[in-house]
Amino acid sequence: MNKKSLLRGMAAVTTLLALALAGPAPASEDPIRIGAFVSATGPASFLGDPELKTLEMYVERINEAGGVLGRPLQLIHYDDGGSASEARNFANRLLRRDRVDVLIGGSTTGTTMAAVPLAERARTPMISMAGALTIVEPVRPWVFKTPQSDRMAAERVLSDMQARGITRIGLISGTDGFGRSGREQTLEVVEQFGIQVVADQTYGPQDTDMTSQLTRIRNTEGVEAVFNFGFGQGPAIVTRNYAHLGIDLPLYQSHGVASDRFLDLAGPAAEGVRLPASALLVPDALPDDDPQKPVVQGYKEAYEERWNTSVSTFGGYAYDALHLAVHAIEQAGSTDPAAIREALESIQDFVGVTGVFNMTPEDHNGLEPESFRLLEVRDGRWALID
Amino acid sequence: MRLSMPSKMPGLPVLVLVLLLVPIILNDEFYLDIATQMALIAATVVGLNLLVGYAGQVSLGHAAFFAMGAYGSAILTGTYGWTPVPALLCAALLVATLAWLVGRPILRLKGHYLSMATLGLGIIIAIVINNEGWLTGGPDGIPVQPLSLMGFELSIFDEYHLFGLVISGTHAWYALAGVLLVLAVWIAQNLIDSPIGRALRAVHGSEVAARTVGVDTSHYKLLIFVISAVYASVMGSFFAHYTGFITPQLATFEHSIELITMVVLGGMGSTYGVIIGAVLLLLLPQLLTDFHEYEMMMFGLILMLTMIFMPKGLLPTLSALVKRHWPAGVRSSGPEG
Repeated sequence: MNKKSLLRGMAAVTTLLALALAGPAPASEDPIRIGAFVSATGPASFLGDPELKTLEMYVERINEAGGVLGRPLQLIHYDDGGSASEARNFANRLLRRDRVDVLIGGSTTGTTMAAVPLAERARTPMISMAGALTIVEPVRPWVFKTPQSDRMAAERVLSDMQARGITRIGLISGTDGFGRSGREQTLEVVEQFGIQVVADQTYGPQDTDMTSQLTRIRNTEGVEAVFNFGFGQGPAIVTRNYAHLGIDLPLYQSHGVASDRFLDLAGPAAEGVRLPASALLVPDALPDDDPQKPVVQGYKEAYEERWNTSVSTFGGYAYDALHLAVHAIEQAGSTDPAAIREALESIQDFVGVTGVFNMTPEDHNGLEPESFRLLEVRDGRWALID
Repeated sequence: MRLSMPSKMPGLPVLVLVLLLVPIILNDEFYLDIATQMALIAATVVGLNLLVGYAGQVSLGHAAFFAMGAYGSAILTGTYGWTPVPALLCAALLVATLAWLVGRPILRLKGHYLSMATLGLGIIIAIVINNEGWLTGGPDGIPVQPLSLMGFELSIFDEYHLFGLVISGTHAWYALAGVLLVLAVWIAQNLIDSPIGRALRAVHGSEVAARTVGVDTSHYKLLIFVISAVYASVMGSFFAHYTGFITPQLATFEHSIELITMVVLGGMGSTYGVIIGAVLLLLLPQLLTDFHEYEMMMFGLILMLTMIFMPKGLLPTLSALVKRHWPAGVRSSGPEG
């Protein structure tokens, strides 16, 4: 090995490194910097893509309307591709390099948890758009989240079962992160509703046939209803197999499939399926005195007009994250992180797309299980049943 | 084995110099954070290069060994309350045993069967980490305790006082990662210059010829496979303690491919080359923040272009260029480049 060439090579790399990472220095102190790291590409892009679109759209709108505290918003966003280690690095970059005032992200529980210690350390408010309860329990001073926890979805479904007098159920769930966490949460709270899980089956995220699992559930003595916790195409296959097998028991799905895509995939087999979902799926069916109605209708209209694609529940999480942050900055009257954090923690009756938020120092999610609407598929459309 | 002194390794002082210069030029916590991860991954790749560049065997499961080290440390320290050092050693021992068990029958064969075996092994490990949620935290990942030794804790969130100097946790970790990288290179270079290294190069050149002159080829291939798996495991453990949170994504096939790409890009068989390969590839996501959707495509493109235009890799090709244009340069012989 040539000593000189090695030296040159190393020097070149170091210079490149310096140039590459230096980037543009933070601009004038004027704008309020909102930092976002989402999974806009990769396996979790169905979460990150609508989230990013929503953030971009509303930052534009807020700026057109004069900004916040008379200052424009500046959205700095990175795409972690669903990778926790990249999410960690981008969160670090947003906190230390871009020096954002509020951190929004990540899209998944893994990407969120990788960034949590950094936000806590940097003492910057962070609002996650991921589901798991572990993000806000135990409560971390600087970390908030907008979606309901999986446990709430389970509670919502179980309370409806209880109301129908169902006491013995079969549980079927996916083995991906969502299904796994949902299964655990369901098993944890099921007894509070006087319900017993008599059959517990799982399927892989790539499986194309769940007939054997469903047959086993059907053959279990005394099953009165079936609950499927999963997302992606798995639940649609479960629904179709369920109809093919002619199982004549109520079928419940989770909020993981609360999108029009599920109706397309499951077809007529979905008739009668019940699931907990965001009000966003049935904006027009909401009663007129529902405080969420105008918010949900407005978001759906604006999103579909701007992006020419149907709105998704996940984009709603980003809507809430951004608007909670803006609301907190307005309440705080400054971008002092501690003041924003205090304001976030004391938000009351804030009407968002996902639900009505009532934050407390003990509850950094601020939603009730009732924020899930219970829907039933009737004539190939969503119908509100409560 | 006779251990070489730095004087026989012209690259080592340069590496140390660069490592010392980085915190001076880039005195910023964010840069150092990235540099620390680069050093740990580079050390992993130096180990992988022993296998790919010298034994001529490709492992498509190195990310899984890395992840086993990471998860081993995370689980033993987190769930079972071990201290980090025994946890790290235990994880490395486990990985070594596994590599030995897989490598022993496979490496008796000629050809590239090891790639197939490690591909399968890697996927199995990734599935196990994903599915055994009670142990590994499942797809959502698992938090990892900070590194500590005899009650002394090294966390990026703390500050340390040494001879009246205040050193941030990030700086301290960078120093540790730098030392680990230098150690990794030093051990690798000594292996390469030992009889083992010479035997391996003979195997790489012609396995039949090597056997004919009495080299126990399968023994040496197995030895180096286990060593490179242990490299990955140990660096995985440090990586886990450093980042504080790990997910099954570490074990994926894509991550294995990323590691192999670093070796090919930097130059198979060139210890310093693969370090540059690791640094460049880890810079990509930070450079291409606006083109993230094309990142996988860029990886493929880089791999293709390297194979076509620089089949020997970045550093060997560049140094050959330099030698051609400045023939008076100081030369040292030997295949390490």
